[in-house]
Amino acid sequence: MTLATPRIRVPRSARPGEAVEIRALMEHPMETGLRQEGGRAAPRDMLQRLTVSVNGALAFQAEFRNGTSANPYHVFFLKLDRTSELVFTWTDEQGRSARAQARVTVG
Amino acid sequence: MAPALTRRAGLGLLLLALPGGALAQEDAVATAIREQVGDTTATEGGITLRAPPVAENGGQVPVTVLVDSPQTAEAHVTAIHVFATRNPTPGVASFRLTPLMARAEVQTRIRLAEDQRIIAIAQLSDGSVRRTAAELRVTTGGCLS
Repeated sequence: MTLATPRIRVPRSARPGEAVEIRALMEHPMETGLRQEGGRAAPRDMLQRLTVSVNGALAFQAEFRNGTSANPYHVFFLKLDRTSELVFTWTDEQGRSARAQARVTVG
Repeated sequence: MAPALTRRAGLGLLLLALPGGALAQEDAVATAIREQVGDTTATEGGITLRAPPVAENGGQVPVTVLVDSPQTAEAHVTAIHVFATRNPTPGVASFRLTPLMARAEVQTRIRLAEDQRIIAIAQLSDGSVRRTAAELRVTTGGCLS
């Protein structure tokens, strides 16, 4: 099974240094392995992390544990001093990953 | 030395007499926090945890953690950790932050099995640690177990 297609919201353009709101949503059950389903535990199926890079440099990372909701949704703010390539990578505990990419024109 | 040991033994007995579940949970929370931030003493202030006082759906509780920081190369938040004190396991998430962020703020959604205290802890580039907590009530628990 492959991961779902992530959904990101990134503005197309920004002024240098301003706070740029980034939203990232990933459809995923985030099954902890603790939940009982029909008398036995539903198998664990969890995303492990989300990494966000700006022009190849790590800008933000989320490491998920059991308390993170299904369909993890995150909002954070970047500052960009030049036109930037943003790469989002979600990785699950099996090592599968999904990727999204966006370009923000700064000027 | 002997009196101190005796006192500690007495405390041990007292702890044994307490309900095991609650104690194990507190232990698990303390252990989870120590795993992330070590034994550095955390200070209150300069960190805000925003969450609804009552969450309708424990499966999707919006939470914002905001730390006062210029988020420059010289002075920035390096990590924010979130813990749930009465979930089956206390870990919620750890966020790694960098000076590429405009501010030390993360919005996420967490799940809560029942009414409980949420703890947010921030680590800063100067090695200091800040901590805050919020009590949340949950109408319908998130399906963790």
